[in-house]
Amino acid sequence: MTTILTPELSAHWDEPDCFTLAGYRRAGGYQALPKALAMSPDQVIQTLKDSALRGRGGAGFPTGNKWAFIPQGDGKPHYLVVNADESEPGACKDMPTMLNDPQVLIEGIVITCYAIRAELAFIYVRGEVLHVARRLLLAVAEARAAGLLGSNILGSGFNLEVIVHSGAGAYICGEETALLDSLEGFRGQPRLKPPFPAVAGLYACPTVVNNVETIASVPYILQHGAPDFASFGTERSKGFGLFSLSGHVTRPGQYEAPLGTTLRELLDLAGGIRSGHRLKFWTPGGSSTPLFTEQHLDVPLDYEAVAAAGSMLGTRSVQLFDETTCVVRVALRWTQFYEHESCGKCTPCREGSYWLVQLLDQLERGTGSESDLDKLLDICDNVTGRAFCPLGDTIQASITSSIQYFRDEYIEHLRYGGCPFDPAASTLFALESA
Amino acid sequence: MALSDEARARLGPQAAEIIGRYPKARSALLPLLHLVQSEEGYVSLDGIKFCADLLGLTEADVTGVVSFYTMYKRRPVGEYHVGVCTTALCAVMGGDVILADLREHLGVEVDERTPDGKVSVEHVECNAACDYAPVMMVNWEFFDNMTPQSAREVVDGLRAGADVRPTRGAPRLCSWKQASRILAGFPDDQAAEGNTAGPPTLAGLRVAKEQGWTPDANGSGGTQ
Repeated sequence: MTTILTPELSAHWDEPDCFTLAGYRRAGGYQALPKALAMSPDQVIQTLKDSALRGRGGAGFPTGNKWAFIPQGDGKPHYLVVNADESEPGACKDMPTMLNDPQVLIEGIVITCYAIRAELAFIYVRGEVLHVARRLLLAVAEARAAGLLGSNILGSGFNLEVIVHSGAGAYICGEETALLDSLEGFRGQPRLKPPFPAVAGLYACPTVVNNVETIASVPYILQHGAPDFASFGTERSKGFGLFSLSGHVTRPGQYEAPLGTTLRELLDLAGGIRSGHRLKFWTPGGSSTPLFTEQHLDVPLDYEAVAAAGSMLGTRSVQLFDETTCVVRVALRWTQFYEHESCGKCTPCREGSYWLVQLLDQLERGTGSESDLDKLLDICDNVTGRAFCPLGDTIQASITSSIQYFRDEYIEHLRYGGCPFDPAASTLFALESA
Repeated sequence: MALSDEARARLGPQAAEIIGRYPKARSALLPLLHLVQSEEGYVSLDGIKFCADLLGLTEADVTGVVSFYTMYKRRPVGEYHVGVCTTALCAVMGGDVILADLREHLGVEVDERTPDGKVSVEHVECNAACDYAPVMMVNWEFFDNMTPQSAREVVDGLRAGADVRPTRGAPRLCSWKQASRILAGFPDDQAAEGNTAGPPTLAGLRVAKEQGWTPDANGSGGTQ
């Protein structure tokens, strides 16, 4: 059988001490760092460019290019900020990475900071996962005690400190400029771009903001070389990544595979949709990405193919829903999420999300009218592209795609005078008693 | 509630340590708020003034930050604060039923404490554990694959003082105040303990091992 899964980041998660420095070293950790330190910083950046690694936090921007935007010789401090604020509905890959292998993140941070000439890095981790905070603090302390952080790392003359900074509950802080405002001690609201963080980021200094999985992929690339990493994946989406399957699937969880793997392949390995049911709709990359249906099972899950099919790869957060699930309810609940998490800075997002919830709620209760569907689409059209940051732009994803694929189901609510689905049938415990 | 002189004297050096981590003092505000929450269980007006004075900010500035973030509470919550995820996927998988059932079982409103002060409940948005849905947090530790019955057993156990253990995370459940202290950057001794990789975390790895797709089997990483 052809190789489908490529556990690299997740290869040692089943070992009891995988989160310790000793466990990480035994698994081959910290072999990439000496290689990087023997290179010039610009060579490290070139290696990342050659690997074609694209940011794993959803946007897919080429990592090496992002690093190269940091001006050199500017006399200002440079910073790396790791975005560990994983909060996208469906996304659940960075938390297990940090729980089980925080040292790969630390090694990636040291290499990255060496490349961009930063002597201070921050891990901005969401506050709602206590054990991740513990594990990160332990990892920093262990690395520091071993001379892998601090001054003159491995005799290279390079100095670096890492600060673990816990957030306090706000999805918007996953947006990089909102994250920076939050890290500076303000309400986490996005900043106008440009200037981009590479020019004026943390404390108005050049700053790289990268996702956990992006930075955790760096040691592999330095260890095995850019051509090796780029041999995985598809033409323009190189490498491997964690695909997170959740919902009505027999064996939900983390499946690490090359970009371009299809859901049909992943589902096959995950035991398929839960017994006795069939796939109805799914998100390829979290709630911010338009829904797919059964007809998209063979779409290669890379940036280009998913976009060509009308959605986005996002964070590879594959949420699966079977035929017991009401798509109107799901669209309503995701829209409520965006309403709750809208930072309130710009009117289209703040007001738009509120009114979209009102309309969807009426439709789900069967008290709306068919013209509400046009009104929903009209509001979506007026929010998208007019919001201050990507949060506003993504509110429409589940609404427009659910109307596109399941318009009849909205109408059925109106005919029926309520939701025609039994919510008990979609629960985990329904599955257990079935 | 007042922050006592004794508490101020004790928190002062810890606050200074937090501020010392950052190139600019104001960056310390979020951890400082976790710190005052660890003292009083919520962010009181006294706590706000404590932070404002340390950072040279107005109380209005600090209050504006406090009100933005959901983890800062403005009134006391329970010793064990329960968060039931009701974002779409967890809601569909059972979170809606679990939250409604718990509130009825405990007879409390959102963020309201039980009369014994032990437990409070709120809905939380996606907590990055969708592969374990439906998910419930207690003081920000994971309780995975919950049912209405298992959720009731957890809160009943907490109220009875039983040894309630998270599915993943630290073996000993911290109090709400202790959890806030860890978030301020002062960890307890449990970092190296606890199971953190349940079946979903290892699902892909297990399949790969069965199929011989692991890097070790390939000789070196990256050999396809």
